[in-house]
Amino acid sequence: MPGRNDRVEEVVHISGVRSAEPDLQELLVHVARGDQDAFTQVYDQVSGPVLGLVRSILRDPAQSEEVAQEVLVEVWRTAPRFQPSRGSAMNWVLTLAHHRAVDRVRSAEAASAREHKAALLDRTPDFDQVSEQVETRLEREQVRRCLRTLSELQRESVTLAYYRGLTYREVGELLSVPLGTIKTRLRDGLIRLRDCLGVNA
Amino acid sequence: MSTAELHTLTGAYALHALPDGERLEFERHLRVCEACAQEVRELSATAARLGLAVSAAAPPALRDRVLREITHVRQEPPQAGMRQRASSRAGRAGRWSSYALAACVAAAAALGGVAVWQHEVAQDARQEVSRAQQRSELVARVLSAPDATTAAAELAGGARGAVVVSHRVNRAVFVASDMARPPGGKVYQLWFDDHGTMRSAGLMNPKATDDAVLLDGPVDGASGMGITVEPSGGSERPTSQPVALMEFGQA
Repeated sequence: MPGRNDRVEEVVHISGVRSAEPDLQELLVHVARGDQDAFTQVYDQVSGPVLGLVRSILRDPAQSEEVAQEVLVEVWRTAPRFQPSRGSAMNWVLTLAHHRAVDRVRSAEAASAREHKAALLDRTPDFDQVSEQVETRLEREQVRRCLRTLSELQRESVTLAYYRGLTYREVGELLSVPLGTIKTRLRDGLIRLRDCLGVNA
Repeated sequence: MSTAELHTLTGAYALHALPDGERLEFERHLRVCEACAQEVRELSATAARLGLAVSAAAPPALRDRVLREITHVRQEPPQAGMRQRASSRAGRAGRWSSYALAACVAAAAALGGVAVWQHEVAQDARQEVSRAQQRSELVARVLSAPDATTAAAELAGGARGAVVVSHRVNRAVFVASDMARPPGGKVYQLWFDDHGTMRSAGLMNPKATDDAVLLDGPVDGASGMGITVEPSGGSERPTSQPVALMEFGQA
């Protein structure tokens, strides 16, 4: 029941990541006017998150770099279309990266055989990479902690969809759970994460 | 897919987990469902946090390649007029909050051209959505309440309407059959009649003219209900003559 699932068990507010956001937003305004120096600064802020996300979905390092490059060039190309009212700049960039990576993984899978079920279930997100940035470590810790507040099915559904790029139908088949249940778990799982992470949009 | 089913797709959509056909259908729905759009914004921002958590160090060679490539990539022009539209809608934010859910149901075609993401939104849109799930339950409770009373009326154009009230549940349900669709860009708005003062009770889905509609808000001391034709999104006060007025029956 959504009511029960919405209950916030842990609310943690760490502002580390968001403190960089106004900057990024401002920089994108300059990028939109063709400012290449501003883009260099944008690159330095977003390239790590973009590559990390793409790699978590595609796995293959060479292909991940290729897609990350496409995404970062797309940030330059479409910066004039960025709308702050839609959400933060980082959100925009990561949504772009997620879409590109998922498109790639889905078209690749149409050509080649689908990965083995056990292998998909086995792969947990790559949380343990070394990063020198304190902000990133805090963010990772907070997300990991909040993921633990989800039910097992919520967590599995959300991470398979997000980090593996599966459609909800594929998630349902993989977990042998009815599709209606998966849709609901994706939604109430994210709602619980949203509340735990203190996301405002 | 029904409207209620579409509402539950916000999570799958934010995770980019909808197959193309369903994604397009959901995006059409988003254009007319402000509460859904707000939830999608929040859940997308939540998904982005999952992305940040797997951040990795990018190799210097990638930086060189990207910075070189952009020097000969032409930028797209901005989408003209978007920002202005956003600000002109800002003043309506308050009203949208109370009608966000009803506006979802009232999938008025006239709203189709408005860019979903451009809406200024109210904080409480989220609660409006979860309330949707309680609605059908409430309709059933009102209709089966031991103290439920029914008042029927003939509406314009030969349509029939009935209102079922339960003071114990403190809610009312309006049931219509064969109601004419509202004119383009308009919706039916329901009102509680608090002894002459009209209090909004939400909007009707213009496509479902044979439906049971739960009136928004408690009955409290209302003595009856009314229906008016209002511009899409609804009005604060009735702006036209009622197409129907019904006294609540006495238990």
